[in-house]
Amino acid sequence: MYWEKYLKVKTLHEAMEILKLYQGKARLIAGGTDLVLQLREKKKRVSVLVDISDLPELQYIKEEHGQIKIGAMTTHSQLAASPLLWEKVIVLAQAASSVGSPQIRNVGTVGGNIVNAQPAADTVVALMALDAKVVVFNNDGGEEKIPFSELFLGVGESKIDPTSQLLKEISFSLLPEMRSSLGRLARRKALALPILNIGIVLSVNKKENRLHEARICVAPVAPVPMRMKEAEKTLLSRKLSDELLISASKAAFDAADPRNSKLRGNTAYRKELVRVMTYRTLKTALATRGGVGDEAGSITV
Amino acid sequence: MKLEVLQFELNARKVSVRVKPDATLLDVLREDLDLTGAKRGCGEGECGACTVLIDGMPVDSCIYPALKAAGKNIETIEGLGTEDNLHPVQKAFLDEGAVQCGFCTPGMILTTTALLAKNQSPSEEEVKVALSGNLCRCTGYTKIINAVKVAARNINKL
Repeated sequence: MYWEKYLKVKTLHEAMEILKLYQGKARLIAGGTDLVLQLREKKKRVSVLVDISDLPELQYIKEEHGQIKIGAMTTHSQLAASPLLWEKVIVLAQAASSVGSPQIRNVGTVGGNIVNAQPAADTVVALMALDAKVVVFNNDGGEEKIPFSELFLGVGESKIDPTSQLLKEISFSLLPEMRSSLGRLARRKALALPILNIGIVLSVNKKENRLHEARICVAPVAPVPMRMKEAEKTLLSRKLSDELLISASKAAFDAADPRNSKLRGNTAYRKELVRVMTYRTLKTALATRGGVGDEAGSITV
Repeated sequence: MKLEVLQFELNARKVSVRVKPDATLLDVLREDLDLTGAKRGCGEGECGACTVLIDGMPVDSCIYPALKAAGKNIETIEGLGTEDNLHPVQKAFLDEGAVQCGFCTPGMILTTTALLAKNQSPSEEEVKVALSGNLCRCTGYTKIINAVKVAARNINKL
């Protein structure tokens, strides 16, 4: 028996009450595309599953005061079909489109992808580069905001405890003249874990041909998705040029320390991959449009 | 073990069935309702042989908790056509020889039906993306993709 009870709740309040009642023996389930397998393989154990995936108050994608807000039970298919995201936040639309297969995307949710905390989860890599935050409800009635940079503790381990907490919303700010892109390498285009995922978000100053802001998230090169701080600093240090992108990619190469992996290749190969894909993804990102106040189109270096 | 009552709509009929709380939708369809069209391939949501439509969307039923389906609308291959009156997608798969061993076929056909309900004339790339969660080990996909195009043409002629 993988679990004893399966409860589909009608309200958020009901979900939190059940978690409180069972004191650690119940946990939330969203799409379950990862969790069902983990329970079957006894990697996780639980008595009661509380299904929150159909709650309409957790399913939305909206823009408010320069921020994008996403309900945690929004499915990958819904994200991948969002004109708002394709227009303004390409990296997240691309990430959602890369998850599993259509069958998995129709069921799996962005909230589930985050709480499950796999080291290279597609939407997580994008959301780290977007400097996103999550809103979490605690079962004592309190609420807290956690930035993505503090959310992940290790492989499969996030700060959110699904036996007592509910991830409600993901939000991030749109940047002026935002450029973004996801670089993804996998053995095939569907149903394959990424060998490398790179999420890049830039804010450009076209007048001066420089970047206002640069964020690069790479995974898996460590137990949790990693921001490439040195590479980001390099990108801000001078005017945009091909040499600048090459130096930043070199800085990402220096910072990456992936282990030898039967699935993903050896350390030397994976480091080189970080360099090449950082460069390529920077180029692709610069050629996109997005964010707020972007009228003049792409820039080239 | 305490059984739970699961109610949903299955192939346009209201169904009520007593299920184990940790059963998957595929278990219930195959074991309790004798609908063996959906196949257990990998059992891990990788191959798509167990695909059914839930509220019109393809879903891997082998990793879908049965009780999650409460109140939803489920379609299986059994609900699509009859031997005397095939659904246009079934007919196209037969006409184009897009079937070899047949194990992946129910999933392929249901995924195609969902695609064509959304997009009446998909490009080859759109067909490939739509079918990317359905694996076939025999045909090499050429005939399957062709059958989807033929089905689209035939449906548009109706």
